[in-house]
Amino acid sequence: MSARRLRPDAWALMAPALLVLAAVTALPTGYVVWLSLNERALFRAEDFVGLGHYLRLAGDARFWNALGNTLYFAAVSVALELALGLAIALLLARAGRARAFAYGAVLVPWAVPTVVSARIWEWIYNPELGVLGYLAGTPVNWLGDPVLALHAAIAMDVWKSTPFVALLLLAGLQGVPRDLLRAAAVDGAGAWTTFRRITLPMLAPVILVAAVFRTIDALRVFDAVYVLTGGGPANATETLSIYAYRVLFQMLDFGYGSALAVAMLAIAGIAALAYARLLRGGME
Amino acid sequence: MIRRLGTWLGLAAACAWSLAPFAWQVLTSVKPQAELESLPPLLPSTITLVHYEAVFAGHPFAHLLLNSFAVAACATALALALGSLAGFALAKLRPPGRAATLAAVVVLSMLPPVATVSPLFLLAGAAGLRDTLTGLALVYAGFALPLAVWLMAQFFRSVPDDLYIAARVDGCSLLGAFGKVMLPLAVPGLTATGLLVFVFCWNEFLFALTLTSSTAARTVPVGIALFPGIHEVPWGEIAAASVVATAPLVLLAAVFQRRVLDGLTAGAVKG
Repeated sequence: MSARRLRPDAWALMAPALLVLAAVTALPTGYVVWLSLNERALFRAEDFVGLGHYLRLAGDARFWNALGNTLYFAAVSVALELALGLAIALLLARAGRARAFAYGAVLVPWAVPTVVSARIWEWIYNPELGVLGYLAGTPVNWLGDPVLALHAAIAMDVWKSTPFVALLLLAGLQGVPRDLLRAAAVDGAGAWTTFRRITLPMLAPVILVAAVFRTIDALRVFDAVYVLTGGGPANATETLSIYAYRVLFQMLDFGYGSALAVAMLAIAGIAALAYARLLRGGME
Repeated sequence: MIRRLGTWLGLAAACAWSLAPFAWQVLTSVKPQAELESLPPLLPSTITLVHYEAVFAGHPFAHLLLNSFAVAACATALALALGSLAGFALAKLRPPGRAATLAAVVVLSMLPPVATVSPLFLLAGAAGLRDTLTGLALVYAGFALPLAVWLMAQFFRSVPDDLYIAARVDGCSLLGAFGKVMLPLAVPGLTATGLLVFVFCWNEFLFALTLTSSTAARTVPVGIALFPGIHEVPWGEIAAASVVATAPLVLLAAVFQRRVLDGLTAGAVKG
């Protein structure tokens, strides 16, 4: 029985999925590029402006501010999530009888809807009634100060996203052969040496995958920050997604907004390329 | 001994850090209004359900919950149906070009939602699907499909080829072999994929915000983000709404812990 003869059926089975994917993701992706080349106010005909919007983008200080915020947000939160996630994964691997409870607890931030997590932290950060100010002993306007606000948003993202990293790394840890660890112990290697010379190198591919997944996600951050700060104060926490959303749906400028969206697409594309290279490296 | 103690302290800290913010929201939701207007007290003197009553009495919150549930359930069903068919075809029939197809699926899963929100807004308008549950469910199914296809392909790959070939030799049609032999074996994979897709749909905000404009199709996250306050922010009610919106997911994650972990780590770890 050769599976070869059945191949035409394979495309028939995939057709419905590919059709929906084409309609909901691929077609709009092409359409957004077309939109970005046109001047389009709502209820008006389109006007072809070529690369005009991209020239405007190059000189738009607010775009560069949003890009800087997005990159800083992604870099700092992903770095913290990896460090904290690795620590939690190492702890979970030794949880023993408390495993089910510990896994369940760590999964809670993952299960909390992003909008809810923004509301939870907004309340914690509240300048007069927030529990964080109470614990600090002095009221602090966490979300009112440009520098504090961006870091407050990062702390929220670290809380929400570290579980994913921790659980991914935990699965990676379980793939480290026990014999190797035992051999190291027999040879008299200490815990730190074993970790640095065996665990960390064996874990490196999973750490990379987690880093790429999280980076792609952090670069497109929208709801968490939008609900927490609205992009303020004074655009200090405005990310690219928030800026694009505002131009599209608050200023109703679909042409320039779409150009911002294409810029997002380009950044995601670079991240996706990095991931593809990684994946190919892992397959070989 | 000291190392064991360190592990336990570390674990306790990790659990506390994970649970405390949500626990604080639960406490806030049952505090009497007067005790929300100053801090301390940290703990409520009595437990009250007035904020929960207010959420359901004063707002169309029950309607939003129903919308969220309908959209997430339909989108999950659609993504599972289409995703398992495609995943099965990719993993077991091995059509030429499957590597490129899988790569395209992975790339599509990385699309930033904001990049397609303006065309989808216009397309949904042209198709008459703006502010409808159908429109939202279709968009969610489309955005969840890459994940569903990818995960189902991973899970089907772990089912032995022989079982499929035996079923075909015994006279099962292609769809018969898929439905009667392969699908039952892939139930753990279906559960894991379904859970992740459902959570994604239940939590989604950007499309829900832009593609809906009234209670007819608005979902819970939009309701919570735009929670109306007449004079000041109603923290008690927001907390109550948050707890109601989160409880089903925390419950699902607790009951299906194994499956959720499988889904989160499949593909990323196994390659």
